[in-house]
Amino acid sequence: MSTATADTVKVAEPKEALFSPKNRKLITHPLDIDNPVTVQVLGICSALAITTQMKPAIIMAISLTVVTASSNVAISMMRNTIPSRLRIIVQLAVVSLWVILVDQLLKAYVYDVSKQLSVFVGLIITNCIVMGRLEAYAMANKPWPSFLDGVGNGFGYGIILMAVAFCRELFGSGSLFGFKVFEAIGFNYQGNGLMLLPAGACIIIGIIIWIQRSLNGYRESH
Amino acid sequence: MENLINIGIRSIFIDNMIFAYFLGMCSFLAISKKVSTAFGLGMAVVFVLAITVPINWLIQNYVLVPGALAWVSPQFAGVDLLFLQFIVFIAVIAAFVQLTEMAVEKFSPALYNTLGIFLPLIAVNCSILGAALFMVGRPYSLGEATVFGLGSGIGWLLAIVALAGVREKMKYSNVPGPLKGLGITFILVGLMSFGFLSFMGISL
Repeated sequence: MSTATADTVKVAEPKEALFSPKNRKLITHPLDIDNPVTVQVLGICSALAITTQMKPAIIMAISLTVVTASSNVAISMMRNTIPSRLRIIVQLAVVSLWVILVDQLLKAYVYDVSKQLSVFVGLIITNCIVMGRLEAYAMANKPWPSFLDGVGNGFGYGIILMAVAFCRELFGSGSLFGFKVFEAIGFNYQGNGLMLLPAGACIIIGIIIWIQRSLNGYRESH
Repeated sequence: MENLINIGIRSIFIDNMIFAYFLGMCSFLAISKKVSTAFGLGMAVVFVLAITVPINWLIQNYVLVPGALAWVSPQFAGVDLLFLQFIVFIAVIAAFVQLTEMAVEKFSPALYNTLGIFLPLIAVNCSILGAALFMVGRPYSLGEATVFGLGSGIGWLLAIVALAGVREKMKYSNVPGPLKGLGITFILVGLMSFGFLSFMGISL
């Protein structure tokens, strides 16, 4: 699908290269200064709930990237025909089709992770990142930039998910991807139960935001 | 009756939508700067949850589950529509929210002014779809599902009003620059979640 859309964009705008600086920004900005989780405050629910281990977090990040990118493309292609009063329902219908596809794929190939993620795969439908990008970007832009925007925001979400899951699994159960790190280096680590609780996740995200904003100088005026 | 009260208390305090499952966090963080608006959004959530959970229960048990369509005609007894669950649930929620918005706008302009702007937001509030999906995973009857929906809504309302109250006070405190706004709010939510952990000890 991506190559097809890429071709149409090329024909329509011969001047703009596929990876022009403007298009590259669509990928790199969400990773840092325009991050969907820590700056735009979107998609928090799943970022907190499924990050006790690395494996489900990675699967979740990939699923969300797929759903965001492909529904961005779909909505962007239909953007001129959607009546504005009905747009939320149309968007939800498109997103839930993609989510059903992803859900069935997960059930078929990684059943154990799919069980672990439980309702949170279904909740990608109402994940604010997906809806937010559809509203803010895909409704007003061509399919190819919309695709890049979806991928970029999916990665931005994925990075935060990885960071949180890394802290929580390492300090919470002393392992990474189920591999006992502390035991392997001959250190007896008890495991901090606080990290596995929802409360621990909140505090870790708070600290990640703190670190990120001290580094890039972003400030909120309150 | 006792069972219903148990489910109510459990869904308000122990399985609180925000502090135990983190559902509906996006609007929870975005709309919790003032107590009055937080209360408006919370009431809208309670209302929508209390109605859509039982509706989705009926749909789940009389349309989607394998063999559920037997009441239409015996030849549908083998039909399994569970793969349509997500899209049907979200369609019910979105349609109901749109209907409520139009009804409130027509019949009670005063209520519309306080509640109306929040209603479109609610269609994409994870706690609504989340409650429907949790309800499906547990063996509730229709009455229990209604109480569960209502209780989850009240729990959400409680959480957002509490956070808004704390954030109003936070304005006057001296927070380090990079931690201002979102960062400190997350840490606050974490601490409040600790508080709610103490309800875990209640055995019902």
